[in-house]
Amino acid sequence: MKFTLSWLKDHLETDASLELICDTLTMIGLEVEGVDDRAAFKPFVIAEVLTAERHPDADKLQVLSVNTGTGAPVQVVCGAPNARAGMKGAFAPPGAYVPGIDVTLSVGNIRGVESHGMMCSERELELSDAHDGIIDLPDDAPVGEPYANWAGLADPVIEIGITPNRPDALGVAGIAADLAAAGLGTVKTPDVPAIEGEGSCPVSIDLSAAGDFAPAFGLRLVAGVTNGPAPDWMQRRLIAIGLRPISALVDITNYVTFDRGRPLHVFDAAKVHGNLAVRPAKDGEAFTGLDEKDYTLSSAQYVIADDDGAESLAGIMGGASSGVDETTTDVLVESALWDPLIIARTGRDLGILTDARYRFERGVDPAFMEPGLDLATQLVMDLCGGTPSEKTIAGTVPQPDLTIDFPLSETQRLTGVAVDKARASEILTALGFGVTDKGERLDVAVPGTRPDVHGKADIVEEIMRINGVNAIEPQPLPALTSVGKPILTTGQTRTRNARRTLASRGMSETVLYSFIPRDHAEHFGGGAQALSLVNPIASDMSDMRPSLLPSLLAAAKRNVDRGAHDLAIFEVSHAYRGDQAEDQHRVAAGIRRGTARLETSGRNWDGTAKAVDTFDAKDDCLAVLAACGMDPNKVQIEAGGPDWLHRGRSGTVKLGPKVVLGHFGEIHPATLELMDVTGPLVGFEVMLDAIPAPKRKGKTSKGALTLSALQPVKRDFAFVLDRSVPAATVLRAAAGADKKLITNVAVFDLFEGASLGENAKSLAIEVTLQPTAKSLTDEEIDVVSAKVVTNVEKSTGGQLRG
Amino acid sequence: MSEIETLEQEALTAIDGAADEAALEEVRVETLGKKGTISAQMKTLGQMSDEERKVAGPALNGLKARVNDAITARRDVLKREALNARLASETVDVTLPGRADPLSKGRIHPISQVMDEITAIFADMGFTVAEGPDIETDYYNFTALNFPEGHPAREMHDTFFLQPDADGTRKVLRTHTSPVQIRTMEVQEPPIRIVIPGKTYRQDSDATHSAMFHQLEGLVIDKSTNIANLKWTLLEFCKAFFEVDALDMRFRPSFFPFTEPSLEVDIQCDRSGGEVKLGEGSDWMEILGSGMVHPNVLRNCGLDPDVYQGFAWGIGIDRIAMLKYGMPDLRPFFEADQRWIDQYGFRPLDMPTLLGGLSQ
Repeated sequence: MKFTLSWLKDHLETDASLELICDTLTMIGLEVEGVDDRAAFKPFVIAEVLTAERHPDADKLQVLSVNTGTGAPVQVVCGAPNARAGMKGAFAPPGAYVPGIDVTLSVGNIRGVESHGMMCSERELELSDAHDGIIDLPDDAPVGEPYANWAGLADPVIEIGITPNRPDALGVAGIAADLAAAGLGTVKTPDVPAIEGEGSCPVSIDLSAAGDFAPAFGLRLVAGVTNGPAPDWMQRRLIAIGLRPISALVDITNYVTFDRGRPLHVFDAAKVHGNLAVRPAKDGEAFTGLDEKDYTLSSAQYVIADDDGAESLAGIMGGASSGVDETTTDVLVESALWDPLIIARTGRDLGILTDARYRFERGVDPAFMEPGLDLATQLVMDLCGGTPSEKTIAGTVPQPDLTIDFPLSETQRLTGVAVDKARASEILTALGFGVTDKGERLDVAVPGTRPDVHGKADIVEEIMRINGVNAIEPQPLPALTSVGKPILTTGQTRTRNARRTLASRGMSETVLYSFIPRDHAEHFGGGAQALSLVNPIASDMSDMRPSLLPSLLAAAKRNVDRGAHDLAIFEVSHAYRGDQAEDQHRVAAGIRRGTARLETSGRNWDGTAKAVDTFDAKDDCLAVLAACGMDPNKVQIEAGGPDWLHRGRSGTVKLGPKVVLGHFGEIHPATLELMDVTGPLVGFEVMLDAIPAPKRKGKTSKGALTLSALQPVKRDFAFVLDRSVPAATVLRAAAGADKKLITNVAVFDLFEGASLGENAKSLAIEVTLQPTAKSLTDEEIDVVSAKVVTNVEKSTGGQLRG
Repeated sequence: MSEIETLEQEALTAIDGAADEAALEEVRVETLGKKGTISAQMKTLGQMSDEERKVAGPALNGLKARVNDAITARRDVLKREALNARLASETVDVTLPGRADPLSKGRIHPISQVMDEITAIFADMGFTVAEGPDIETDYYNFTALNFPEGHPAREMHDTFFLQPDADGTRKVLRTHTSPVQIRTMEVQEPPIRIVIPGKTYRQDSDATHSAMFHQLEGLVIDKSTNIANLKWTLLEFCKAFFEVDALDMRFRPSFFPFTEPSLEVDIQCDRSGGEVKLGEGSDWMEILGSGMVHPNVLRNCGLDPDVYQGFAWGIGIDRIAMLKYGMPDLRPFFEADQRWIDQYGFRPLDMPTLLGGLSQ
C-alpha cells in the first residue's frame, strides 16, 4: 500500500515530521517498507528558453540559450519539436540523473556544438509516457525554482506492508485514523454528504441468483458526463503510488479505492443492455476483462451480467465490453459488497490480482458501501459533470453485531503491562470501536472496518500496538530449579553423533533438497504417487526422496564437473517411505569418490592414494553404527545390497534375519550411468531408526575389568578355500574352537593367484589364546590349534595350507 | 719414566687417538685383552716376591683401572660422535606437506552447527527439542493453526502440495515448523517449553529464499507466560547466539494467524558497507515472527485459553546462520559445492557449548 504525504494530510491534521510518521506507522503494525522522499527530482529546475536557433549542422536540432535562474544563460542542444524562444520547461543540468533515459548527464558535444544540460520531456522524468516534446510550462512558472516543488511532485511517497488482518489500512483514511489513535494528530477525513439524485436509476439489480455472495449492491446512473483526463492533482497521486491514469471516470474509482479502501466499478451505461443481475457464471462462459485478457469461467464464480452476458467479474475486474472510454456520456457507478472467500477463490483460480480483489477478500467496511457510492458520484459530477439519478440499493447492508466482553486485566495477563480503563477506552474509541464501561470489564463493539477482530486477544493487540510495544519491559522466564535433564531424543542424539563421526572421518557434510527428479526416485525404490509434488518448483525437484544417495550422487556429479574428483561427502537427514509421519525416517548416508579415503587422498610426494573401494564404505557404515550405540561386532554382514549397488561388491548390515541397519558398497554401474557421474564411487546408508533403542537408562556401569597377568599366545594358520567362502565363516569357525581361550581371530593375509588353482584363495588368520589361570603347555596349545583347523575345514570345505 | 708410566702413556695416547669404536676396541685388546700389554704385566705379579708385589700390585691395578676408565670415557665420546654423525646424515625436509588427517578435512555444515548452537542455548533455558514430519496434513499445517479455509494468509505460504490420495485429500510439505506446536500440545500437558528445528518448504526461490529452508520454532505454554517473557527470551537468545553483549532489537506489531497479539522482531544492523554488521548502525533487519499463542490454537489442542497461555516464535535458521557467519547467499547452502563447504563448514570437534563458547 502506497500513499503520499500530502494525501495522508488530507485525512490527518498533524505537525509530525515524515520521519516520526514513518517510525510510528512501523511501531503500530503498519510496517514502512520504503520511503521515496522524491530527492530524485531535486536537480530539475524551471528554466526559460531565451533564444532558439537552428543547429548549424543538423536539421532537426536546435541550439537553445536557456536561463536557468542562476548565472549566465547556458547553451543546450535540443531535438524537441516544441522547443521555442520564450517557453518555460524543466531543465536538467550536467551531473543530473535523468531517470527516464537512465543517464547521468555530462557536458555533451552534439555535432560540433556543446550542450550544457537538457530540457526534459515528461517521459524523461517518468511522469508520463508523453515524449512528443519537452515539458511546456505556463508563463507564470518561476524560473530557477525546483520544478518538482512548483509542480507538486515533491510529495514524499510512503509504502507500507499491510498484514492480512488490516483491511482498514488499505485506504489512506484508515491509515490516518490509526496514526491519530497513536497520538500523531487529529483525523480530518471529510464526511461524505449523501446525494439524493434526480429520478430513479434506470437499471435495476437482481440479486436473486447471488445467494450469500452479494449481500448488498448499490448502483446509480450519472448522465451527461464528459470523460476526459483526470485533473493533475489526481493523476499525480495515482502515478506516485504506481497507477497509470486512464480517464477521469476510471481514475475516480481507483482514487476512492486507495483513499477510502472502497473499490468501485463504472459501466458505460450505453453498453449495458437491460438490467443487471449478479449470478454464478455458466460453466465455460467466456469473459474478456478490462485487462483485455480472455477468461473461461465456471459456475463457482460470480458475474454481474446484463442481457448480453457477463459484464463484470464481480468484485474483481470489470469487463471490456461495458468499460468506459472517452466517448462515454452516461455512466453507471457500482458500489457493492461481496463474499471474501469466494472473491479470494475466484481470483486465485483465474490468476487475477486486482486492487479490488485484494480489498474485498480481506473485507471492506459494509457501512461505507453507500457513502462510497456518493463519494464517487460527487467526484464524477465535479470532474466530469453530469446529473446523478437516485441510487438503487439491492439487498441489505449487514450491520456489525459483534460485541466482546473484555476484562481489563486481559492486557496485563497477555502482555505483562497493565493498561487502565481510561487509556484502554481512549485507544479503542479512537480506533472506531464502541466502548461501554462495565466496571472491571468493557463491552467492546467491533466496527465493520475490523473483520479481523474476534475476541479478547485481538483487543489486547489493539491496545498493545497503540499503547506501544516498547512499554513492555522484558521479564525473565522462571529459571530452572535443578540441573537440566538431557533434552535430546535418542534419534536426535544419533543424528548429532553420526554427523560428527563422519566429519571426523574426513567427510564433508551436505544438506540437500528433500525432493529429487522422478526417475532418480524410481531408480532408488521410490516414485510413489503419494510422494510426488503437484507443483514442484522445477521438474527435477518433483519427488520426495526415498534415499539420500541420489542427492549425494547428484552432488558428486556437480563437483566432478567443476574439477573436484576426490570427494567424500555425507548427509544425515530424512528419507521418505510414504506420506505418513512414521514413513519419514532418519538416514546417515555418505559417498567417497576417486581416492578420497580415510587415511589420505589424491597424489602425494609419498605416493598416490589408492582408489576408494567397498571397504571404505563399509568402515564408514560401521563407524556410524558404533557412534549410535550399535556394537559392530554384533551385526551380521551379508553379501549383496539394494539394486543401486554393485551386486558382487556390496553388503547389507543386518541385526538378526529381519532388521536391516544399512548397506554399503560400490555404486552400480547402471546407477552411475543414470546419475551421469563416473566412479570409482562407493557409498553407504545407515537407517538410524532401525538401531535398537539403548537399554535401560541410568545404567552407567561398564563392569569390572579382569586383566590376565599371563602372556597371550598367538598362532597363525592359512587355509586354501573356495573363493566363495566368506571370511566371516572362517573367523566364526576358528573362534568357535575354544570360546573361552580364544579372545581374537584376525585375518592378516588374503591371496588369490593362479598357483592356488582356479576359484581358490588363501586366507591367513592369527588366533589369539589368552590363558587365565596358568600358562599354556605346548600340548594344550596343540589341542586348540588342531581344533581350529578341524573347525575351519569342516565348515568351509577348505584345507590348511601346507 | 717407569715401565708402568710408559705403558700408561702409550695406552692413553692410543685411546685418545682411536677414531671410532672399532679402533678403540683394538686398543682395549692390545692393552687389557688377554694378551694385552697391561695383562702381560699383571701376569708377572705371580713371580714377584711379597715385597715387590706389595708395591707393584697396587700400581698395576691402578694402571688397569685408569686405562679402563679412559676407554669407557672415550667410548662414550665416540658413541656420541657416531650418533651425531648419523643424525646429521638422517635429515628429512620437514617443510614437505604432511599427510592430511581426516579430522582436518571433514566439515560440519553451517546449518547443523547453528542448530547445535541453538540447542545449547535453549537447553540452558530449560527447553527440550521436539520434531515432526515434513509431510503434513492440511489440518496440522493450517487449520489447527487458525488459518481459516480460503484465508489470504494461506496463500502467502506458497505451499507445495503432494498428489491427492484416493479420497481427494492432499498432503502438504509443511510451510513452517508450527505444526509441531499442535502435535506437542496434543500429547503433552503444560508446562511446555520446546524448540522445534526442522526443514520447511515454500514454492519460492531467490538469493534469500529457497524452496527448502530451516526454521526454529519455539513454544512456551503455562499459566502465566506473557509478551514480557517473550521479549526477554528472544533478547537473551539473540545476544547468546550472536555472541554480543548488547543488541538493539525492535518488536513491532504484526500478524500471524496462530498468534494474537503478534510481533515481528528486527535486529539492529549496519548495511552501509555491503556486508551486514550486527549490533551497530541504524538499519533494522527482520529476523523472526512471534506472538502469544492464539486462543483458537489452544482450543484446537484441548487447552482452555482462559487458563493456559504462552508464546511461540519462528526464526529462519539459515537466515541467522547467514547473518552470524557472513554468508551472503542462501542457495549454495543446498548445493554441496566442496569449495563452499571448505569455506563455511565447521571442524567436527568444534562442538558448540555454552561453557566453551558457541563459536571458537
